[in-house]
Amino acid sequence: MSSPSPTLAKVVACRLDDLTPELGVAALFGDTQVAIFRLADDSVYAVQNLCPFSGASVLSRGITGSRGDVPTIASPIYKQVFSLVDGTCLATMDKEPLAPLSADLVTYPVTIDNGEVIIDLTGGT
Amino acid sequence: MTEKIVVVGGGMVAHRFTEALRDRDRDGRFSVTLLAEEPRAPYDRVALTSYFTGRHPEDLALGDPELWNDALVTLHRDSAVTSIDRESKLVTTKHGDTHAYDHLVVATGSYAWTPPLPGADLPGVYVYRTIDDVADLRGWVEQRTVDVGRPVRGVVIGGGLLGLEAAGAMQGLGATCTVVQFADRLMNLQVDAGGGEALKRLIEQLGVNVRVDTVTTALKPDDRGRVGRVTYGDGGEQLVDVVVIATGVRPRDELARDAGLEMGERGGVLVNDWCQTSDPSVWAIGEVANIQGACIGLVAPGYTMAEIAVDRLLGGDATFPGADTSTKLKLLGVDVASFGDALGTTEGALELVYADPVQGVYKKLVLTDDARTLLGGVLVGDASAYSSLRPMVGGDLGADPSAWLLPEGATSRPQVDLPDSATVCSCNNVSAGTVRGAVTEHDCTDLSAVKACTKAGTSCGSCLPLVKKLFTTEMEKAGIEVNKALCEHIAVSRAELFNAVMVAELTTFTAVMERFGTGRGCDICKPTIGSILASLYNKHVLAEDRAALQDTNDRVMANMQKDGTYSVVPRIPGGEVTPEKLIVIGEVAKEFGLYTKITGGQRIDLFGARLDQLPLIWQRLVDAGMESGHAYGKSLRTVKSCVGSDWCRFGVQDSVGLAIALELRYRGLRSPHKIKLGVSGCARECAEARGKDVGVIATENGWNVYVGGNGGFEPRHAQLLVEDVEDDEVFTVIDRYLMYYVRTADRLQRTAPWQEEHEGGLDAIREIVVNDSLGICADLDAHMARHIDTYEDEWKAVLSDPARLRQFSSFINAPDQPDPTLAYVEQRGQRRPASADEKTTGAVLIAPATLEVRS
Ligand code: SRM
Ligand SMILES: Cc1cc2nc3c(=O)[nH]c(=O)nc-3n(C[C@H](O)[C@H](O)[C@H](O)COP(=O)(O)OP(=O)(O)OC[C@H]3O[C@@H](n4cnc5c(N)ncnc54)[C@H](O)[C@@H]3O)c2cc1C
Ligand code: SF4
Ligand code: FES
Repeated sequence: MSSPSPTLAKVVACRLDDLTPELGVAALFGDTQVAIFRLADDSVYAVQNLCPFSGASVLSRGITGSRGDVPTIASPIYKQVFSLVDGTCLATMDKEPLAPLSADLVTYPVTIDNGEVIIDLTGGT
Repeated sequence: MTEKIVVVGGGMVAHRFTEALRDRDRDGRFSVTLLAEEPRAPYDRVALTSYFTGRHPEDLALGDPELWNDALVTLHRDSAVTSIDRESKLVTTKHGDTHAYDHLVVATGSYAWTPPLPGADLPGVYVYRTIDDVADLRGWVEQRTVDVGRPVRGVVIGGGLLGLEAAGAMQGLGATCTVVQFADRLMNLQVDAGGGEALKRLIEQLGVNVRVDTVTTALKPDDRGRVGRVTYGDGGEQLVDVVVIATGVRPRDELARDAGLEMGERGGVLVNDWCQTSDPSVWAIGEVANIQGACIGLVAPGYTMAEIAVDRLLGGDATFPGADTSTKLKLLGVDVASFGDALGTTEGALELVYADPVQGVYKKLVLTDDARTLLGGVLVGDASAYSSLRPMVGGDLGADPSAWLLPEGATSRPQVDLPDSATVCSCNNVSAGTVRGAVTEHDCTDLSAVKACTKAGTSCGSCLPLVKKLFTTEMEKAGIEVNKALCEHIAVSRAELFNAVMVAELTTFTAVMERFGTGRGCDICKPTIGSILASLYNKHVLAEDRAALQDTNDRVMANMQKDGTYSVVPRIPGGEVTPEKLIVIGEVAKEFGLYTKITGGQRIDLFGARLDQLPLIWQRLVDAGMESGHAYGKSLRTVKSCVGSDWCRFGVQDSVGLAIALELRYRGLRSPHKIKLGVSGCARECAEARGKDVGVIATENGWNVYVGGNGGFEPRHAQLLVEDVEDDEVFTVIDRYLMYYVRTADRLQRTAPWQEEHEGGLDAIREIVVNDSLGICADLDAHMARHIDTYEDEWKAVLSDPARLRQFSSFINAPDQPDPTLAYVEQRGQRRPASADEKTTGAVLIAPATLEVRS
C-alpha cells in the first residue's frame, strides 16, 4: 500500500474497527507521521507522532490516560504527558524539548465517516 | 595554596570530621589526610555487635564511600602514627614515612582498658573494640564449639553497656554466658538501684547468668595454655572456654602525651571549648579529647566536636555545648535507656517511679522540684518513651508527667510540642526545627528525603520514630497528606491495591478502576495494575484489556531505545548457552543488521529492531528453542552464575545448575520492580551474588541464601537469610521471599529498600518466610506454585495469535514502510543511531534499516 499524498487536506487513515480502544497506532502521510488514539468511549484523537523531547517518532506507542478530565498520552521514552485534546504538554518531567521543537504537540481534527477515520492534515494546530 | 590537615586516627569521629569538612569547605581551602591504624576505612563501631548477626565488615561502612575518592581526601589505612614533631609540623607513621601538616587533628579514640588481671593475655581472652577483635572472638568461639562438641562456656567481665552487648553477642554465637560485675548493679553508670534490679531480671530471662558485687581475681590456663578458669574474690571459680573483658575504655593519648601536649588530670588530651589543644595548630576530637573536664565515651559528643573543629578551621565560632550522655542499650529483647540526670543528682530533684516487677518494667523520671521540668530518667523493660522523652530534657512535661511512665496506650501521653531547639537526633546533632524545616523549607515529602537532607536518623537510628512523627505532623500541618496514593486515579499504595485486588478477585483493569479508581488511569497506575494482575493470575501480558495497560516495552516485549527502535534479549538461563544457539543469535543479528553486545547480565543484546521486525526476529529465535528474556519486564531478569564445581577447581557446588533451575522457576514472575539473582560456586563469589536481590553462595554443606542486594544507584550487599540449606529449601525460602515481596512492596521499590523499610527489617521477614509467623507461607507457596505451573513463553504465544501480531505494524496505513526518520552511522563495524547533527549534515549515513526480510 502506498501512502496517500500529503497535499490532501482530509485523508483516510483506517477504519474505526481497525483501532483497539486505548491503544494507539501510527499513520504515515508523505513525510507526516500521525499518532491516532481511539479511547474507551470511542472518541478518536490524532496528534503528531514525533515526541518533542526525544526526537523519536513514538507517541503512538505511549500510554493513554487522563489528567482531571483531560484525556492524555504519555511518551514512552521520557514519560512526558500531553493533552490529546489540544496537544498541550502537561508534564515536562523537568526536561526541555529538543530545539527547535515546541513542547506542545500538533493536533489534527478527526472525523468518523461511514466507519472511516478521517484526519484533517491542514487543520493541524 | 591548600592548607594541609592531617588527621591521626580513622575512627568514627575522624570520619565525621572529614565528611563535615568536605561538605562545608566548598572552596577547597583544605586538603585532608587520614592516617588510620586499622586496616580499613572508618566504620560504624556503634553497630559492631551486628557483625555477629551475619553482617560483613563492609556493611558497617560509614557514609558515602565516594568521600574517599574526593581529590582533597587521602586515606592511609594500616598507617599508625608513631610520633608527632610539633616543631617542624611533621608526623611519622610506623612505616617510617612522614606527613607535613598545617593543622593536626588527633582523633585516636580510646582503647579497651584491661584491669591488671593475671592471665588477661591468655589465648581465648578478648576485648571488644574493633572489627578485628570481634572477628577473632567469633572465630575462636566457632572453632572451640567444634573442638569441644558442646556449647562454649563464656564469661564477660564488666556489666556495663559494652559488657551486656558482648554477652548478647556471645549468646548469639551459641555460647553460654556469665556476666561478672564489680559494682552492685548492672549498668551502674546509667541506671539506679531499682533499674539495676529490673535489668538483672531481664538479662537473666535471656539465659545469661549475672554475678554482681564480684571481683574477678585471675584467669587461669587449661592444660593446653588456653584460658580455662576464672577465679573470684569470694573464693568461687568457674570453667571457661572464652572470656571477654569489657571493663571500660581509656583515651589513647600516649601519642599526644609524647608530643608534649597538655593532658587532662585523668588522661585525655586537654582541649578548650572548641577542641584546640595547648598547641593552637593541634586539635583533638572524639573520645581522646578531654573537654570541659572529661573524656566522653559516646559517639554523639565526638561528632559535635568534629563539627566544631571544622567550623573553627573555616573561621566560625562554634563552641561545645556540653554533652548529652543519654544511652540506650542495643540488646535484642532488653529495653534499657537512660538520659539526662538519670541518677537524680541535681539539687532538689524529685523522682517519679513506676515499677511493674511482673512485667520486668522499671521507669523513673527525674524532675525539678516543681515536678514540671524534666531533668532525666531511667527506662528499663519498656523504653518506648525514650525517643520522645530524651529531647524533652529541660522542657515542660505538662501537668501530669506520670502519664509518661504508664505503659504505652494505658493513657494518652500528653501532647506536647517539642521546641524547635530540642535535639532530636543526638548522633548527628539535628534539632526538631531542622527536621521541620526539611518539610517546610526543603520540600522533603518522604522520610528518606528528610534523612538525606538533615542526616537525622542515619547513625544509630534510635531517633527515627521521633523523626518520622515530626515529619508526619509537619506534613499534616502543611496540609500535605503523607501521600501513599499511586497517582491521581488510585488513592492507595501499590501494596494496598494488590491486596484489595486479590481479595476482591478482580481480573480486569476496568473492574479494578470501577472498584478502586477514578478517571481513565495513566502511565503510572495502568502498568501497576497490569503488573498486579499478571502477578496474581499470570496471564499473557497482552491478554484481555491488558495490552493498553503496559509500557511499550511490555506491550511489544522488547526494550525501546532512544530512536524508537527496540532491543531483543533472548533468555540465556544461568548464562549457559550452546554454540548452536550462539550461531542462531549471530545469524539473526547479521540478517537484521542488529548491533550486538554482551550485557552485564551474562547474555546477548541485539539492538535496533523495528516494531515490525520483532515478530520476524522472534520467529527465528523461538524456532531455535529460545524464549523471551524479559529484559523489558518488571519481572525476573537474570540469574547470574559462575562456572562452579563442574569446571572450576575451587567450586564446591554446581552453581550453574542451580542458577538455571532458579531462572526457569522464576522466569516471567511479574513484580513491583525487576528482580535479579546470582549463584556462586564458592565463597570467592565470582557471580557477585551478594549484589543481587537474591544471592546464593555455595558452602561445603549446601547453600547460603542472601537477600536484598542491589547494584545501581545505591549499591547494597545482600544480607544472610538462611545458612547451609539444601536445594529444596533454597527454592522454598526464595519462593516465599519473592512472593512476599511481590505482595507487599511499593511500586518500583527494589528488594533492598523494601527490606530496609519493612517493619523489623530482615529479622521480621525471616520470621515470616522461614518460621511462618504470620501463617501465610502455605499461601505464598501455593501462589508461587501457580506461577510456575502456568508459565508460558510470551513470544511464542504472540507468534501464534494473528490478532496480537497486528499490534506489530509500523503504520496502520502503510504496514511495510519503515519509520522514515530512522538513520544510522557505522561505528566499529556495527551501526548506531545517527546524532541530530549527523542527520542534518547527512554524514556517513548507512541504509536505514537492513535487508527487507521475509515480508
Ligand atoms: C570465569 C569466571 C567465573 C564465571 O564463570 O563467570 C571467574 C573465574 C575465576 N575467578 Fe573470578 N571469575 C569471573 C568473574 C569474577 C567476577 C565478576 C566480574 O569481574 O565481573 C568477580 C567479582 C569482581 C571482583 O573482581 O572482585 C570475581 C572475583 C574473583 C575473586 C575474588 C577477588 C577478590 O578480590 O576478592 C577470585 C579469588 C582470587 O582473587 O583469587 C576469583 C578467582 C577466579 C579464578 C581465577 C579462581 C581460580 O584460581 O581458579 C577463576 C578462574 C578460572 C579459570 O580457569 O580461569 N574471582 N570473578 C569469571 C570470569 C570473568 C571474565 O571476564 O573472565
Ligand atoms: C561495641 C561498642 C558499642 C558501642 N555502642 C555505642 C552506642 O550505642 N552509643 C554511643 O554513643 N557510642 C557507642 N560506642 C562508643 C563509640 O563507638 C565511640 O564513642 C566512637 O567510636 C568514638 O569515636 P572516635 O573516632 O573518637 O574513636 P574510635 O572510633 O575508637 O577511632 C579511633 C581510631 O583511631 C585509631 N588510632 C589510635 N591511635 C592511632 C595512631 N597512633 N595512629 C593512627 N590511628 C590511630 C584507632 O585504631 C581507631 O580506629 C560503642 C563502642 C563499642 C566498641
Ligand atoms: S565462585 Fe569463582 S572460584 Fe568459586 S566456583 Fe565460581 S568461578 Fe570458581
Ligand atoms: S540519635 Fe542516633 S541516628 Fe539519630
